[in-house]
Amino acid sequence: MITLSHVSASYRSELVLDDLSLQIACGERVAVVGPNGAGKSSLLRVITGLLPAKGGVQLAGRDIQHLAPRERARLLSVVPQDIANDIPYRAHDFVLLGRTASLSRFGGPSLEDQQAVEEAMTLTETWELRHRALPEMSGGERQRLVLAMALASRPKILLLDEPTSHLDLRNRAEIMRLLTKLNREQHTTILMVVHDLTLASQYFDRIILLNKGRKIADGSVAEVMNPSLLEVAYNCPVLVFPLPGTSVRCVVPSFRF
Amino acid sequence: MLTPKKLLLWMIPVPVLLVLCLLAGSSGFGLPDISTLTGRALLDLRLCRLATGFVVGSALAMSGCALQAVLRNALAEPSVLGISSGGSLGAALVIASGLSAVSPLILPAGAFFAAAATLLLVCLLANRVGNYAPNTLILTGVVVSSMLSSFLMLVLSFVKLRVIHSITWWLLGNLQATSWPLVAGVALLVLVAFIILFTEARTLNALLLGHETAHNLGVSTRVAVPLILAAATLAAAAAVSISGIIGFVGLIVPHALRRLTGANHRVLLPCTALFGGTFLVLCDTLARTLAAPHEIPVGVVTSLLGGPFFLYLLTRKGERTVL
Repeated sequence: MITLSHVSASYRSELVLDDLSLQIACGERVAVVGPNGAGKSSLLRVITGLLPAKGGVQLAGRDIQHLAPRERARLLSVVPQDIANDIPYRAHDFVLLGRTASLSRFGGPSLEDQQAVEEAMTLTETWELRHRALPEMSGGERQRLVLAMALASRPKILLLDEPTSHLDLRNRAEIMRLLTKLNREQHTTILMVVHDLTLASQYFDRIILLNKGRKIADGSVAEVMNPSLLEVAYNCPVLVFPLPGTSVRCVVPSFRF
Repeated sequence: MLTPKKLLLWMIPVPVLLVLCLLAGSSGFGLPDISTLTGRALLDLRLCRLATGFVVGSALAMSGCALQAVLRNALAEPSVLGISSGGSLGAALVIASGLSAVSPLILPAGAFFAAAATLLLVCLLANRVGNYAPNTLILTGVVVSSMLSSFLMLVLSFVKLRVIHSITWWLLGNLQATSWPLVAGVALLVLVAFIILFTEARTLNALLLGHETAHNLGVSTRVAVPLILAAATLAAAAAVSISGIIGFVGLIVPHALRRLTGANHRVLLPCTALFGGTFLVLCDTLARTLAAPHEIPVGVVTSLLGGPFFLYLLTRKGERTVL
């Protein structure tokens, strides 16, 4: 579904991705982890075509450079880390923005657009909020609306950049439960940048560890959540211990205070 | 935010208000006697001025509305990108060179082309430096605007006192010296700008969330941003060409309407055009009647009337949005 071959990208003179190759198959659920500045968000920008890169980037077998913006947006959606949340959009109008690539320039939303919005809002349990304005909502409600906006285009690929970083435990679990459901029931390919390594090991089958724009490890939770690998990548001593009866690994820094 | 029904209720007084403004004149309130030649001329003059006010107000308000979205800046209005400074310099050069006496069309044409050329320059520079990033556009606009203002002062320092008076009167902004062909021409340009902006309303909605999010939603920002800037400039430059500099309308009308209608530009843009036009007609009526026969510059009234209303909206309980 997503193929990167020998991709390098830079901001002005600073190299942020260095000869990176990876393949993500249809219906996979993959977490991208790594320290700050590892190139995680840049990787998402390269996949969306926002950051020009050397090498090949393909989505569903097609070169990203040859995909029209509207075509690309119908294929993949992005849930950003931060989104302007003080704009007085009604929740329904906000989610409808996710259909920008399908909406007609002149007419109103079609029946299909309306159905897609209702479907996405029902799935994210935001349909009850549809008449409320965005600035009146809590952080958790807003984040569910951002997810609804991304799902409104019925994407085959969902890219997420730390969507749970500002959320409390319950809202974080809700978002992750929803993503897992989407992946299992609709086979949506999910690639998510995660800072919380425990969360990554809890909800993802495959983890890619980046450092300084290069791929350090790519594999299962057991393969990547390896203290020696993590210590090199994060330049910090870590403790990794399995949660009894699960494949989850709890990862904490082992500094003493 | 108002529901669609309440929004329609807000629109009911608009035609009534426009008729009342037509009836109000410096000589008193009422319809001029159209059986006489003077009465017919007076009515024609008032109608022409009302149409000018409506077209200019609509143009400035919708231009400000589009610029606030595309630049994601609450203080954006036509003057931010140097449109007003460019128009002012163009008009000042036409007046100072004596060309304005050759034909009444040369002054608006000079202001229009200078304003449009200014935006072109700002866009070229901003694209070269920062790929139309909002902050780059604003900074480039402010710098170019400041340079053009200095050129204007330079022009003012070299011309005769009589010319300074003419230029200053133009800079104060007024809706007096228009004719039907001129108003019709400007209205046509404003209509073209409105159609472009309305067809890009969904793009404006997406741009309000940031250029990166807009890109992810399928907007080709490299095409859409210059197109929207060009349409906003077309409207503002057309308005500036016949009215001179009238501040505040492009800033407060979109803000006030955004608080009432929400940020969906499919609703906001037409409302901004309608209420922006009505607001300027109302301000112009007050400007020509409050101290009659003396006329107050309309820009003074737009600020004095719009400012407190905007502050009221800003401080209303429960409201905390900025853009």
